[in-house]
Amino acid sequence: MIATAAAPAIRVRDLHKSYKKVTVLNGVDFDVQAGTIFALLGSNGAGKTTVVNILSTLLHADSGTATVSGFDVSRQSAQVRESISLTGQFAAVDEKLSGHENLVLIARLRHQRSPRVRSERLLERFSLSEAGARAVATYSGGMRRRLDIAMSLIGDPEVIFLDEPTTGLDPQARLEVWDAVRDLAAQGTTVLLTTQYLEEAEHLADRIAILHQGRVIVNGTLAELRAMLPPATVEYVEKQPTLEEIFFHLVGATTRRDTTQGDSQHSDSPEQTR
Amino acid sequence: MTSHFIGDTAALTGRSLRHILRSPDTIITTALMPVAFLLLFVDVLGGAITTGEHSGPYVSYLLPGILLITIASGISYTAYRLFLDLQGGIFQRFQSMPIARASVLWAHVLTSIIANLASIVVVVLVAVLMGFRSGAGPAPWLAVAGILILFTLALTWLAMIAGLTAKSVDGASAFSYPLIFLPFISSAFVPTASMPGPVRAFAQNQPVTSIVNAIRELLSQQPVGSDLWIALAWCLGILVVAYVLAMVAYRRRIS
Repeated sequence: MIATAAAPAIRVRDLHKSYKKVTVLNGVDFDVQAGTIFALLGSNGAGKTTVVNILSTLLHADSGTATVSGFDVSRQSAQVRESISLTGQFAAVDEKLSGHENLVLIARLRHQRSPRVRSERLLERFSLSEAGARAVATYSGGMRRRLDIAMSLIGDPEVIFLDEPTTGLDPQARLEVWDAVRDLAAQGTTVLLTTQYLEEAEHLADRIAILHQGRVIVNGTLAELRAMLPPATVEYVEKQPTLEEIFFHLVGATTRRDTTQGDSQHSDSPEQTR
Repeated sequence: MTSHFIGDTAALTGRSLRHILRSPDTIITTALMPVAFLLLFVDVLGGAITTGEHSGPYVSYLLPGILLITIASGISYTAYRLFLDLQGGIFQRFQSMPIARASVLWAHVLTSIIANLASIVVVVLVAVLMGFRSGAGPAPWLAVAGILILFTLALTWLAMIAGLTAKSVDGASAFSYPLIFLPFISSAFVPTASMPGPVRAFAQNQPVTSIVNAIRELLSQQPVGSDLWIALAWCLGILVVAYVLAMVAYRRRIS
């Protein structure tokens, strides 16, 4: 809305946050351009969730500034909440409600017109139509996460935060979530995701920042990060299949999906586009 | 944001009511203990209890206190449901959305009132089966309903404090035990006149006695004395203090 094409969708400057004596963030800076996927990479306890919680107005920073869609997260938190969606670390779905009821609830809370129609469309888009009437308690981990992400899309937020979207998922469910995230960016949504899986950042992100000991120590595209190490030497090594490749060869990458499209028969690769 | 308060609260109340409809056992378990007390005191101990000048069956004497016990045990589920919401990711999701912030609490409050009224209806029906009769007209019954709703509202806000500040599930629901036993040291089971000095002093000046007396007088068509006003003052007082403290706890929780 206010943000022009040039202004970053997310702008973080010198963010500090401590819990009692423990310093979690010690001067974090980064920008995320609109319509891109930005991965915040770090080990457990690096402060990724703290950054996401500050950006989604759940937590106040001790010092520093952060803006989302041009709004300051501490002074204009209401406007920030209008333009974001948060998919937290633990699937934020209501287990006792059905998938459809979860979506209708969020649509009503986001003051959407015709919540039921929106819900039906999202269930279809995330291959959950058949499970839509069932209680979420019966869903698999991957289905829960897809529902979680579907719920985040209601209201067409400009920026979506995904906090460790694939932690605890099996490889197939992870691929499903990756597909969903790529879809989002393709439609112009800005995505900030945190992950502890290097591979995930490599496959999904336009830019990657590594958060370490309270600071962003590296920030760049995958190619830029690769260039930081000495050029690769060419060695001939007999290629052994990875366990993941074996796994997908045996079970087929698409068995878990509700609608089999058959467009990705074998494991995902960085070049794969949708 | 506040313009959405009613719509948001309605949406969230619909959600928690669905929870209750899907596990209606909470309404039954809430009613179970009060019904057990009713049976125990009326059929086992009731023969040996003299209620002084009160005429009519003992079940009619006992019912008002039993209804307060029903509410006191019912609100532990309110604290429990709020606590579970805070633990799960769904609360974070609500907090990061453009909704009226107080609506998250008010949805639990409205759900608590509806669930407790349902439990009260169950207990009253059991009492009727056991011989409870009242010749009171619609006006006194409405007054009784009003007192019970006000009492539920006051205790529900106490439950909000427990749900917001508890560290464990047990902590969230254990706070209601003293409330459940408060009626035993009141005029709910026996007239306070039969109690020894210090106990009687406590019994006569604690909220349950005046509330029980007011409801009893309304249902047995006796003139309602000062008990009604003392009861209302207690309920409103508890309500205001609990509401303020709950809001402080809520702000601390979301800031």
